[in-house]
Amino acid sequence: MSVLVIAEHDDAELKPATLNTVTAAKALGGEIHVLVVGEGCGGVAEAAAKIDGVARVLVADAPECAHRLAENVANLVVGLADGYSHILAPHTTSGKNILPRAAALLDIQPVSDITAVISEDTFERPIYAGNGIATVQSTDAKKLITVRTTAFEPAAEAGGSAAVEQTAATADAGLSSFVRAESSQSERPELTSAKIIISGGRGMQSGENFDMLERVADKLGAAVGASRAAVDAGFVPNDYQVGQTGKIVAPDLYIAVGLSGAIQHLAGMKDSKVIVAINKDEEAPIFQVADYGIVGDLFDVVPQLEAELDKQG
Amino acid sequence: MKVLVAVKRVIDPNVKVRVKADQTGVETANVKMAMNPFDEIGVEEAIRMREAGTAEEIVAVSIGARQVQETIRTALAMGADRGIHVATDEDVQPLAAAKLLKAVVEKEQPQIVILGKQAVDDDAGQTGQMLAGLLGWSQATFASKIVLGNGDAEITREVDGGLETLKVSLPAVVTTDLRLNEPRYASLPNIMKAKKKPIEEMTPADLGVDAAPRLKLVKVVEPPKRKAGVKVESVAELVDKLRNEAKVI
Repeated sequence: MSVLVIAEHDDAELKPATLNTVTAAKALGGEIHVLVVGEGCGGVAEAAAKIDGVARVLVADAPECAHRLAENVANLVVGLADGYSHILAPHTTSGKNILPRAAALLDIQPVSDITAVISEDTFERPIYAGNGIATVQSTDAKKLITVRTTAFEPAAEAGGSAAVEQTAATADAGLSSFVRAESSQSERPELTSAKIIISGGRGMQSGENFDMLERVADKLGAAVGASRAAVDAGFVPNDYQVGQTGKIVAPDLYIAVGLSGAIQHLAGMKDSKVIVAINKDEEAPIFQVADYGIVGDLFDVVPQLEAELDKQG
Repeated sequence: MKVLVAVKRVIDPNVKVRVKADQTGVETANVKMAMNPFDEIGVEEAIRMREAGTAEEIVAVSIGARQVQETIRTALAMGADRGIHVATDEDVQPLAAAKLLKAVVEKEQPQIVILGKQAVDDDAGQTGQMLAGLLGWSQATFASKIVLGNGDAEITREVDGGLETLKVSLPAVVTTDLRLNEPRYASLPNIMKAKKKPIEEMTPADLGVDAAPRLKLVKVVEPPKRKAGVKVESVAELVDKLRNEAKVI
């Protein structure tokens, strides 16, 4: 039995989601290989080789692999599938884009967004925005799986010394091409790996008011997130969205500001270690999951929080 | 150009979902049902293509028991032209759904198939990508903007790092994200008109597809509950508790 993990990266750096996925692979047992697909991704492959528990790194570094287009990467994965009992990717937009396509080509029903490995063919996964936890058993010969990264601790980034091997890229399928990316530039940590997150909801009233949260975030080394309502209202970009249909996060500390706590939002953050809610409506559902709540106007409370952090910090 | 939209009947997302006591699934008896919200966005996008003169016909497809015809009627009331009901009482998992949709696509020959990026019941998020793979078509998931060109489309996708724009050749499979559009409500006259629009029925056997499930549902349980916390009176008290009690800052 051996497990192939599809690395999450942007050619420049290996993303932490890969480390959590390796931990899920360890729970399965067997030898772990990591696949790095991209263009100019040699540095990422070297980083992957150092991950604790990884036996081999396969690198497909070619123009046909640029931007990890689903059509091309799925074909590549299918070509490598023979040697593996399990193929895993993190449940990121990239993993979600590629893995089901590869599974269909292999005539396999994949298992999405697993939160626990029960055995080599049985897994737990949340359904209905986390209102139910389903245990599912795959009857397919091979298992293709996406992994909820917050449910698995990251594997150590050092300690491994895997062999790095080149693997041939498959020909460009010629179906799609990359046009442009509009990346959110931020010096702050990424939402999905941040230790502290401060999120705003509709109560923030405008995008400018998110500056208040950003100032607090900078004092705490935190990432800034948002509810769907705040994204739909255009206050912040789409990649800030935390929730059932956005990003799933589980930081040590989650501070929810002016955010009522709709079930779809809770689905994305209720596994956080400590939750703080700041809301003027004391009936807001967010208080039912919060460890510490402050009932008050966020426009008073957040500046006080910033000042208090300065005072004692 | 013909557009095919796949629509799924799910528990209304505003309903509190309850796990059955016998752990066999979630309670669906006497629960309000609705079209999957991402599929509504798909129907709306198809209608906008027709309003812009780029799409001529919109076909809404749903898979499942007799009641999914209500969901198809909703799509017809919004503005789809006709419906296809793939009738089955069995549990249809994403791979089977993709195979059934592939068979429908081969009959209907649309240039674009639009699906929601995920259904808010099983939250799998697989069917669109699987359909694209089985057809050997290009795919654009999590679309927030679609600009049709001549034989291709420029599609902006919501990805983890921001936005990514791809050019895909047609025919293509597109899955919708939240910011693609705001779906319209069906007007009363359109709801009346929708009752006269045709819905064609077929079965998985008619389409030559084995739709047997591959995943066995062992059980469904409630998630662990969080303990209720405390309200603090001041920001100073909050910061003190975060530092000295929770030790997270």
